[in-house]
Amino acid sequence: MKIAVCVSHVPDTAAKINIGSNGTSIDQTGVTFVVNPYDEFGIEEALKTKEKLGGETVAISLGGDANKETLRKSLAMGIDNAVLLKDDSYRDSLSVAKALAEEIKVQGSELVFFGKQSVDFDNSIVGQLTAELLGFNCVSVVVSFTIDGNKIICEREIEGGKEVVETTLPAVITSQKGLNEPRYASLKGIMAAKKKEIIEKTPASVPNYVELIALKKPAAKQPGKIIGTDSSAVPELVRLLREEAKVI
Amino acid sequence: MANNILVFIEQRNGVIKKSSFEAAKAAADISGKLGGTVEAVTIGDGIENLEKIGAYGIPKVSHLKNNELANYSASAYTELISKFSNDGGFDIIFFAATSMGRDLAPRVSVKVDAGLAVDCTALNVEGGEIIATRPVYAGKAMAEIKITSAKKVFALRPNVFNPGTPSDQSAEIVTVTVDSPDLRVRVTDVKKSDGKLDVAEADIIVAGGRGMKGPENFHLVEELARLLNAASGASRAVVDAGWRPHGEQVGQTGKTVSPNLYIALGISGAIQHLAGMRSSKYIVAVNKDKDAPIFQIADYGIVGDLFEVMPVLIEEVKKIKS
Repeated sequence: MKIAVCVSHVPDTAAKINIGSNGTSIDQTGVTFVVNPYDEFGIEEALKTKEKLGGETVAISLGGDANKETLRKSLAMGIDNAVLLKDDSYRDSLSVAKALAEEIKVQGSELVFFGKQSVDFDNSIVGQLTAELLGFNCVSVVVSFTIDGNKIICEREIEGGKEVVETTLPAVITSQKGLNEPRYASLKGIMAAKKKEIIEKTPASVPNYVELIALKKPAAKQPGKIIGTDSSAVPELVRLLREEAKVI
Repeated sequence: MANNILVFIEQRNGVIKKSSFEAAKAAADISGKLGGTVEAVTIGDGIENLEKIGAYGIPKVSHLKNNELANYSASAYTELISKFSNDGGFDIIFFAATSMGRDLAPRVSVKVDAGLAVDCTALNVEGGEIIATRPVYAGKAMAEIKITSAKKVFALRPNVFNPGTPSDQSAEIVTVTVDSPDLRVRVTDVKKSDGKLDVAEADIIVAGGRGMKGPENFHLVEELARLLNAASGASRAVVDAGWRPHGEQVGQTGKTVSPNLYIALGISGAIQHLAGMRSSKYIVAVNKDKDAPIFQIADYGIVGDLFEVMPVLIEEVKKIKS
């Protein structure tokens, strides 16, 4: 089976985020970029599925040259091929999904994994948008995945529980933490990945439907009061929560 | 440009979600500013108290009914909402950004050819246009965005928009029977995690971190949570250590939350954790390290040994709850 995994290249979750001078992007100074953590679960599930069913895997990423690092890591983990849809400009989620959907068609993939969201813009919609554009079935925020022939059974996380979802190929699955334990790239894998070619393509330009007006820092929160240093402060804490904050 | 608004009302087990009332009120408010009509659509089998949507400013709700639609089906719900919107000539669709809303809104947006803004925490009307604010980088920054396409879909973060005081108005209910829904993607079972509240939906969260010293001590967190009718939360460190389930994780690779009260116990406040809970309305921190970053954003702090503080806190809360 042909399996694709879409990966994004994002600031590490430990990074401090400052706004760049243009007011619409972040200041990248000192920011380490990594494979989007949720995409690692997608990579792992793609690899496990290929190990079970055979076939071929491809990692697809949209962005600038820096994204090659994330594609290289995908190859090192064991993904067979890598495609960079090279475009540095601002694209909204729908326009990203349109580019990915076109490439997935070219690849002929029947099963596509995404992370449930990129930890940069946190939209958690590109997988679903891509599925809808392709006419594929889709299950999002998946914590358990099984495939038997054409039939897929997943568990997806919902508020206070899980839904068991049944569907069929072709399908898009977006991965949540808990789906699997992503493997580490082996030294052999890292060496092999260095030799592999990352295919570069230019995605078609499509209009954005969403304009980014500005990025801002959230309103600073003022540090509050230290009420005490032991349990003798508890009655005052409870009083403040009841009478000042009125939250209990 | 016409501004006819449709709100999707979400039900689980026949009960309308609180976040749908929030979305309904926000839609009614936006409609008041933009002009045009506002109405609601819901999907399911039996749904309790549907007329109550009227109390949040929505005069009419259409109930697309079929017993196979009691549980969520992404394919069927997408098809039905999109067709309802297109047939009714709606320009703007509102969802609550719940796990269902976040799954559904993007699919519907493709079907109706709309731009999409998810997880909005504020909506403002400027010069007849809606400017949405949404957290990015798990709340380390806020994006102001504008949908430029003719049709627009907004999904609103739960627990942020104030549904206000309900009026005594009832909505007109129009029931439409659905024949043979498209069940290519369907929920066959729902597994509840033993009646516990979810951090994403709770008004109060009691969260424990590494300072809890071990999984055996989390009964203290759970007891305080139970007394306050709160959800139990956890930091990434304790989830990664296997002390607590991932569903409880708050922070950048867990859930981003905005409860009325967040009680952080033995959580130092790593940047990715603070990002996920800093928009809580009130924050309490108990930590023995006075330099812990959590105190930078806490409204009330106790710098002390939480194993000495917690039993007293539990007793004091018991007193006020009895």
